[in-house]
Formats: sequence, structure tokens, C-alpha cells
Amino acid sequence: MRRLVLILFVLLSTGALLFATGSGESTQAGGKVGGSVSVLGVWGGQELDIFNSMVAPFQDRTGVKVEFEGTRDLDAVLTTRVAAGNPPDLAALPGPGKMAEFARQGKMVDLSGVLDMAAMKKAYAQGWLDLGSVDGKLVGIFTKASLKGLIWYNPKNLKAAGVQIPTTWDQLMSTSQAIAAKGTTPWAVGVESGAASGWTGTDWLENIFLRMYGPAKYKDWYDGKLAWTSPEVKTVWQTWGKIVADPKMVYGGSQYELSTNFGTAFTPVFQTPPAAYFHFQATFIQSFIQKQYPDLKPVDDFNFFGFPAINQQYAKAVEIAGDLFGMFKKTPQSTAFITYVTTAEAQDFWVKPANGISPNRAVPLSDYPDPLSKNAAQILTSADIAVFDASDMMPSKMNAAFWSAIMSYLANPDQLDSILSDLDKVRADAYSGS
Amino acid sequence: MINLLWALVAVAGVPLVLGGYIFAVEAAMKRSGSRARGGLRPWLWLAPAFVLLAVFLIYPTVSTAALSFLNANSAKPVSFANYTYIFTDSNMLIVLRNNLVWLVLFTFVTVILGLLIAVLTDRVRYERAVKALIFLPMAISFVAAGVIWKFMYQYQPAGAAQVGTVNAIFSSIFPRFTPQAWLFNKSQNNGALIIVGIWMWVGFAMVILSAGLKGISTSLIEAARIDGAREGRIFFSIILPLMRSTIIVVATTLIITVLKIFDVVYVMTNGNLDTDVIANRMYKEMFNYQNFGRASAFAVILLLAIIPVMVLNIRRFGRGGS
Repeated sequence: MRRLVLILFVLLSTGALLFATGSGESTQAGGKVGGSVSVLGVWGGQELDIFNSMVAPFQDRTGVKVEFEGTRDLDAVLTTRVAAGNPPDLAALPGPGKMAEFARQGKMVDLSGVLDMAAMKKAYAQGWLDLGSVDGKLVGIFTKASLKGLIWYNPKNLKAAGVQIPTTWDQLMSTSQAIAAKGTTPWAVGVESGAASGWTGTDWLENIFLRMYGPAKYKDWYDGKLAWTSPEVKTVWQTWGKIVADPKMVYGGSQYELSTNFGTAFTPVFQTPPAAYFHFQATFIQSFIQKQYPDLKPVDDFNFFGFPAINQQYAKAVEIAGDLFGMFKKTPQSTAFITYVTTAEAQDFWVKPANGISPNRAVPLSDYPDPLSKNAAQILTSADIAVFDASDMMPSKMNAAFWSAIMSYLANPDQLDSILSDLDKVRADAYSGS
Repeated sequence: MINLLWALVAVAGVPLVLGGYIFAVEAAMKRSGSRARGGLRPWLWLAPAFVLLAVFLIYPTVSTAALSFLNANSAKPVSFANYTYIFTDSNMLIVLRNNLVWLVLFTFVTVILGLLIAVLTDRVRYERAVKALIFLPMAISFVAAGVIWKFMYQYQPAGAAQVGTVNAIFSSIFPRFTPQAWLFNKSQNNGALIIVGIWMWVGFAMVILSAGLKGISTSLIEAARIDGAREGRIFFSIILPLMRSTIIVVATTLIITVLKIFDVVYVMTNGNLDTDVIANRMYKEMFNYQNFGRASAFAVILLLAIIPVMVLNIRRFGRGGS
């Protein structure tokens, strides 16, 4: 009996001692940092493959293992983990909105103490650094960007249909109606995206709003100062509805729009014979198109034109979006990784398959694989009026309600008024800041 | 590695600590005298279990109920505001309506289908094979079922190749059928989700009801047949009444399951387009919006909804039901 107790005592005390020494990330010999870093993001499928290839040289060089966890419900997972005191080391966020919430709670590491700020100022235009800053502190650094509000088309089909590229909204509407009159639906739209379903629709509305009312009102809108029930916002929805709520204008009607994932919604445009002619989406969709149709050539078989002007004053405005990395735990490993993702070398991995535009000035235009992505990169870097994706700037509750509203509107466009007043109810809640 | 060591410590430590406690209690009892022993002993032995219950069950319940009367970040009391919101906001009323629809449809259809299959397979040679096949969905999680059925319900417009199984089958059987976006059509999506739930649980109902069915003595049924009763009469007048308690067991288990339904809704539609249920809403309020007051109110409502079922269950066990 006594021997048993003795053995158990030894076992328990060894366990306690081992625990007390802590689970450290020891540095390996040979100058390699070693250890591991945890990253949380939304990427899956093809974008995850690109991320993994971006990470491979970093892992080889530093010996740091990158543990990536991807979820479309990033909002819930990250919020819970931060609140529980168990955040990931780094998070790849789809926009500054959520990041600002965390920064104000004091959960994010000030990157000016982590990154080489002189190098950052050389590599990034001030606009990018400003977007990643909250109350003067840099908390997020962009790793890839995209241009939103592009309309993708198949040049050969458009030529065969005798259609000219529209430059104003009125031209776009008349072109679409002409195509619809001939019996084919002109647009292919799909908003499904798991827990984030509806975000594609928000991009549409943001572009229409920007070109109708300009960047100042746009900022008021995402800052919560403009009511959803205001005539401006209602007009934007109704303008959009002229396309998406008309079953003769969209392939498959509202059922297709609601049930088709954003990553495959463009397929009707590339069918023979074409089932649709236009697809609204950001620059990153190019890598999706090329993956699904490896034989198609950019510019010849697929191309984009910028969103047509509505108010000539704001014709040159562009909407951009980007993924930024934020740090929750400062460790040698997370420092090494976040420094790596800011480099031109790392961002090239997104550029080469045409999934992203690099905000780093050191990435030369020649790195872009085709004239199409080069064109997009040039538009982004030389834009006069560039605003960020409004829904990504809103607090997450407002953002989620916006997404849901898109779904509800597509299902029942005649209920726009009640949808907008519901959004206003959420707005009263979301911007008060808890 | 550290976690493995801690696991071993826990596995060895818990029985040791409990054993040590029991020994200590017995040793103390021997010293105290026989009068105290009889009445006190059961309470002392049960004490560890009671402590665990109090810490992990009673305290969280009371705490949640208390939180439901506070505001979003639990800083100030708002009395019944959270409950008023849940019972008056139009979107919340849809959530409550959905749970009611789930409750009624899921329970009834599963029980009836389970009973039907149990009775029909009872006298067939390939009974075991059919039962195994129907029970198979119970082996997977609701999330896996959700993912499978999401593929099955996929939509392509009429004329295009149908990739969703349901649309494909209907299109090939009924030539004038137009494919439907089952999950995204407000009149169909709740039904579509409930079908997934039924598909998963019909095996459970069938197995339990089949056991109950086989418990009815064959001599009773033989006697009824000799007396000239038709099969339908036998079913409704003999089998059904004798199976009453089994049916109640199955029904209460199903009700308890359906009130908590979350995974199917979350995976397939995320509550969009009027398919939201209480558990999904509670998740969103808690983890996305960090509104602890409202999330707690939802939890309390679920608790109150389940109490009648629990009372029914416990009463029957008390009466010595099967």
C-alpha cells in the first residue's frame, strides 16, 4: 500500500514539475527561430493553397511551423477566442472594421514596435498605413489588395452579340435590356458564401453608392451617420434592384443568385452558347476563373471593364479591399511571420496566380502574370479617389445585418422598406459601442 | 506531450482522490458512533456528486438567468427588456415560430415514420438489412448531415445540368418539374431542413419502437386474428395502446433533441431567409454580437420550454414506467 502511494506521489510531482517549466517555444540551434505560430483566417480552397505556398519558403528558412486555421465564420471564432484570452498569434482579417473593435479593446499589438517602420514607409503608400491604423497606432498591415467593382465579360461573346462596352450606368442598363430582349439573361450573380452569404451584394451597393454620392457621403454611410431608410440609400438599393430583382436580367432568377457560391457564379458567362454576358466581381476572381477554365486566356477570352459612371463627378472613383494581418501575441515567431508577409517576396505569391494586388511598392508590374492583372494593379495604385470596402469598415454586427439584408432583398425585393428599417434598428445598436 | 502527462495524472488522480475521500468518511464515521451513521452516510457519499452538480449545473443556470436581466455587456440591469425584445420583435417571432414548426413536424413525422417502418419490417425476411440502412444516418453528426444535404439540395436553373440530387431525381421522374432552390425559397427552406433532421433520427425512433413492438406477445395478436380482426384493427386497437409508453419515450427524446436544433440550420442556411432557430440566434448573439443579456434570455427560454418535458419524463420514471 505504501509503495503504491510512493509511486503515485512520484508520478504526480513529475507531472507538476514538467508543467511548471512551461510549454516554451525554444529556439533551435543554427540560427533558426523554430517553434510555431498560429494564424486564423477565412481562406479555404484555392486561396488556402496559395497561402500555403506563400508560407513554405518562410517555414524552410526560419524553421517556424505555421498553423493556419480557416473559417468563413471568422467573426465569431476570433471574437470568442479573444474574449476567452486565447487569441491566435496572428489573424488575417478581411477588413479594418473588426480590427478597429479589437484595437479599441486593447487586444492588438502595436505594430510599430514589431515591424521596421522605416521599411514600411518605403514599401507602402501612406494610405495603406492609415487604413491599418486605429487612433494613430498601426495595428494591421495589408498583405494583398483587390480592386472591387469590376465587370467581367467574355470579349468574344460580347463581340458576337454586337455589344459595346458601356461607360455610363444608363448605357449599361440599355445594353442589358437589349440583350434581355434577345432572350438571354445579361447578368450572372451569386451571393452564397456560407456564414458570410450576401457579401457580393454589398460590393454592388457600395459601388453604386460611391458613384452616385461620392466619397464623403460614402464615409458617412459606413460610419453610421447616414440612415439606411434615407432616400439616398433607398435609391441605391432600387437602382441595384433594376438588375438583380428582374428575372429577365439575371441568370436563374433569384433562386440562382441566392444559392450559388460566389466562386462559381461566373460560369454562365463562359458557357457555349453563353447564358449570361456580365459578371460583377473583384480582381481576385481571375484566379478562380483560371482555375476552372485553364484554357482561357486573359484579355482574349475574359476581360473586365470598370464600373460605369453614374455621376460624372465621381467617375474615376474606385473601391478597394484588402486582407490585413493583425497581431494578438508578440512572440519571436509571430514577429518573424508578420515581417515576412509584408515583403514583396511573400506578396508575389498572391500576385502570380492573379489572386491579389500587392500594396507593396517593391513588387514590379512585371510580376503580374498578364496584362489584365497589370491593368488592375495600375488602376489601383493610380486611382484619384480610392475608398475602402464600406461593409468591411462597419462594425461586425452592422456588417452581418447588411449581408442578411442582401439575402432578404433578393428573396423579396418588394419588402425593401421593412428590410431598410430593420437595418436602421441594427444601426442604432451597432454603432453605440458596447 | 505535457497534455498527455496531465491526462494521465487526471485519470489516475480522480479515482484516487474520490477513494481517499470515501476512506476518510468511513474512518470518521467509525469514530462518531452508530446513531449518526445510518442517516448521514448516504449524504456524505453523495456529497462529491452534489458539489460537481452545484458547480457545473446549478451555478451556471442561476448565473445565466441572472445575466438575462442585465444588458449586453452585463454592466447594468435592464429588467425584462431582453425578454420583451424576443417576444415582440418581428424577426424574433419568426425564430420562435420556426422552433414551433420544427417541434411539431419533426416529432410527429419521425414517430409516425419510425412506427410505420418498425411495423412493416417486423414480418419481413430482410428486416435486419433495412433497419441497418435506415439507422445508418444516426452514426454521423448533424454537421455532416448538413453538408451532405446541402449538396443534395443544390440548384441549377431549368435546362442546365442538375447537380443537386433532389432536383435531378425530380426532374427525371416528372418531366414538367422546374428545379427549386430548396434552401433559399422561403416557402420550402424550413421543410427542407426538417427533412434532414427527420432523415437523421428516424432510425432511432424505428429501433426503439421496433423493440417495443417485439415486446407485445404474439399470442395476443394471434388471438385477435383468429377472432377475425383485420390488420388495421389490430394495429390501432391492440398494438398502438400497448406501445403507448414506448412511443412517449421516443417522443420525449425527440422533443428534447429538436428544441436544441442548431447544427443543421447553421451549416445549411446560417439562419438566413426565415430559417433561424433559437439555438442559432443564441450563438450569434453570444459569439458574434457579444450581447450576453440577450443570449442568456434565449438560453432561459429554451430551459423553460424543456421543463414540462422533463417533468413528464421524471414522473413516469417515478411511477415505474418502462
